[in-house]
Amino acid sequence: MTMSENVKKAPGFRENLTEFMQKYKVGSFFQKYTMLIALVVVTIVFACWKGKEGLILMPPNITGLIAENAYVFVLATGMLLCILTGGNIDLSVGSVVCFSGAVGCTLMASGTNVWIAVLIMLAIGLCIGTFQGFWIAKLKVPAFIATLAGMYAFRGFTNVVMNGLRVDITNETFLNIFGSGKGSYIPDIIRNTNEGINSWFTKDNATLLKLIGENYITKFNVTCMLIGLIAVAAFILLKTRKILVQKRLGISQSIPGQIVSMVLISAVMLWFFFKLACYRGLPMVLIWIGLILGIYQYVTTKTAMGRHLYAVGGNEKATALSGVKTRNVYWFAYANIGLLAGLAGILTTARGKGIDPTYGEGYEMDAIAACFIGGASAYGGTGKVSGMIIGALLMGVINKGMIIIGVDANFQKVVKGIVLLLAVMFDVLSKRQKR
Amino acid sequence: MAKILLEMRNITKTFPGVKALDNVNFQVEEGEIHALVGENGAGKSTLMNVLSGIYPYGTYEGDIVYNGNVCKFNTIKDSEKLGIVIIHQELALVPEMTIGENMYLGNERGHKFAIDWNKTYSEADKYLKMVGLSESSKTLVKDIGTGKQQLVEIAKALAKQAKLLILDEPTSSLNEEDSRALLDLMLSFKKQGMTMIIISHKLNEVSYVADTITVVRDGATIETIDNSGQEPVSEERIIKGMVGREMTNRFPKRENVPIGDKMLEVTDWTVHHPLYPERKVVDGVSMYVRKGEVVGIYGLMGAGRTELAMSIFGQTYGTNISGSMKIDGKPVKIRKGADDAIRHKIAYVTEDRKGNGLVLSQSIKVNTSLAHLDAISSHTVIDGDKEYAVAEEYRDKLKIKTPTVEQLVGNLSGGNQQKVLLAKWMFAEPDIMLLDEPTRGIDVGAKYEIYCIINDLAAAGKCVVMISSELPEVLGMSDRIYIMNEGKFVGEMKAEDATQENIMALILKSGRGE
Repeated sequence: MTMSENVKKAPGFRENLTEFMQKYKVGSFFQKYTMLIALVVVTIVFACWKGKEGLILMPPNITGLIAENAYVFVLATGMLLCILTGGNIDLSVGSVVCFSGAVGCTLMASGTNVWIAVLIMLAIGLCIGTFQGFWIAKLKVPAFIATLAGMYAFRGFTNVVMNGLRVDITNETFLNIFGSGKGSYIPDIIRNTNEGINSWFTKDNATLLKLIGENYITKFNVTCMLIGLIAVAAFILLKTRKILVQKRLGISQSIPGQIVSMVLISAVMLWFFFKLACYRGLPMVLIWIGLILGIYQYVTTKTAMGRHLYAVGGNEKATALSGVKTRNVYWFAYANIGLLAGLAGILTTARGKGIDPTYGEGYEMDAIAACFIGGASAYGGTGKVSGMIIGALLMGVINKGMIIIGVDANFQKVVKGIVLLLAVMFDVLSKRQKR
Repeated sequence: MAKILLEMRNITKTFPGVKALDNVNFQVEEGEIHALVGENGAGKSTLMNVLSGIYPYGTYEGDIVYNGNVCKFNTIKDSEKLGIVIIHQELALVPEMTIGENMYLGNERGHKFAIDWNKTYSEADKYLKMVGLSESSKTLVKDIGTGKQQLVEIAKALAKQAKLLILDEPTSSLNEEDSRALLDLMLSFKKQGMTMIIISHKLNEVSYVADTITVVRDGATIETIDNSGQEPVSEERIIKGMVGREMTNRFPKRENVPIGDKMLEVTDWTVHHPLYPERKVVDGVSMYVRKGEVVGIYGLMGAGRTELAMSIFGQTYGTNISGSMKIDGKPVKIRKGADDAIRHKIAYVTEDRKGNGLVLSQSIKVNTSLAHLDAISSHTVIDGDKEYAVAEEYRDKLKIKTPTVEQLVGNLSGGNQQKVLLAKWMFAEPDIMLLDEPTRGIDVGAKYEIYCIINDLAAAGKCVVMISSELPEVLGMSDRIYIMNEGKFVGEMKAEDATQENIMALILKSGRGE
């Protein structure tokens, strides 16, 4: 008794620290932004690596990071919705990517119209997703088992369709729109049509030379930069409106904090578009990724279905008793990831200029990892699109960085594994503290 | 005078905010059957959990003296080593395992690296014979009825060399015949020198089997009654001890609320258990509720009250539901699923707010709108501002204490969580509200506020059904009371005619099958 009273009278360093941490919410800041901080730190480490300084931030590497990980973004978006329903995953997406790609490539090789082939690929994905969703939602087969079965079966179907042989795509339209080759960038319309502006970008223009650097000035993509500026302006406008509405409603959010985060995000966006403009401009895949991420950010935050996904994962019984058809929520999540697997199949075949029977192997794991690293709970109910983006980027940066500094390929998977384990451990630990 | 086997001295156990046990003293003589009686939440189970080491030494104050020694149990294993074995109310058997495997689970026979199955099953058979169960120990537990499962639990306890056996509501899931057999088994154990503590709501059973009866109320032992004489102690005598608390102004008055026409009426409502379809959980119940009326349904745990409410609420419990339902005088047939019940303007506020009611990982705002998202969205797109305004409105109306409606529900106190649950269902705009234990596990102040909300609902012309196992609450809040026991309605009273004693007596009478 007396011991504890003494401690109360004379607060030690530990108490002071705890008080400081509580006052400025240090703990919750780190908890909220751990993976973002990790992303920044990892990027800096690679950027400062001796002998490879700044290499990872070179424009071709930035563009490459997006193009190489396009499938991760698309599949992880679908996976996130499945995980939200209660930590359920879909193991079949890798096989579905390959199967839809195989069918599409075979059709195109036999002369089918590109757009019909594209629609068929999406439809295949949606049908497979709906079919698996039926087993999971209506027949209550555990998602793990149902999609494991799909993983084997559709890998098998792929081999049947392709006879175990590679099929090439030669159709330029398809490759340009969905691929990541030289032709798959938004052309610089402004410089191509306006001779006046075009004439600025020579090594004689001292101001711009200083700004852009001599390696990139002649090829600088003005259209891409302009799109970037418009995007940033739109972001600032929407964010300001949101802050004003919150202020009017009296939602107690830290307004200075929000402005700081708004400025930082704008700066990162500008930097990113600048890097893109320095290389070849805006890649087509980025438009597809942006479209998907935008749509699902909206679905998860603004729509009733999004709300139901979170509620089912948080407490299925309570959700059912609130009048939600919980089985349909599962069905939606799995049909949806099938559709997105179809899209990922399109992007993958376009990038590979054809399809190999081994394409898509391990894709499901990359998507799952991106979600969990991005803060989705392994028990469902929590997780955001923005978190998933950071998770996917973190994995991508680690991959790319390890290649740049020349880590043994066998070791790269070890590092990936450790990152995943640490991220999920953090999720479990931070939950335990609350109880 | 027999030897005192167990003495619990000055036991005090505090949970955050609640004193569950307050200076309890409790003595058990060797070779007797000692009954512990009291209302739900009086502290009986807490006391037994302290005794068996579920709450380890140091988390409570006071001493446990067993066989003359002061004991400091850290785990349940420590108390079992001394022969104190507790059999919980819910059967703790693994259905897919054999009787023998269950009996020696965690206490396996044989060597360190291999279980000796011959020894396991031969010993198990020996104990099964002692409890009078004729099944083979190789039968799977799921293949025998609940009565026999209860006997397996007892055999399991005997296999642990029990000297002091604690039975928590051993007959709550048994029928009349099995209950009687179990009580007789207890009496035969007593003859062999076993000491037993029985916790029970069924006072007729208590007075039949017990030598001594200790009454617990509000976390304190009230009195100890000797029942070893020729004439068993009357149940009225025990009830007086159980309910004898003074009733002050704990319930706000409801004034001048006009009572209208019948809003909800069910006739001959019968519900079967979803897993054991031969069992009737609700049996031929007929009831009605009028506009502006608060109707209480009182019954002990397991009487079928929750099952009745949930079966009315879109058949969310039970199978083979039969009977007819009228809403506002018109016959209706509600399809399976809560959505159809909500469409018929029925709300069911669950007794289990954490398990069935709230999404703890989401905010107050999200929980408030969950049952009625249509009202704040157009073409399934949620209007965030409208949702926020709704959540704010209910926060003010129900006085939910929170800095913001963005707060996660998991971080709120029990009383505030209960208010969020009520807010959710009030926002669903029902005409009929089925409230199941609306004040369970919350403090007195929050209870009063919830009573005020119930009064407001009635004043707004809603009809309210309040299920509760707290008698004073039922008496204090209802206009009319239905009394339920073992799946049937055994009585209906106007509030002014009802007293604690005559309600209890009704239940006990029906329990004996008279």
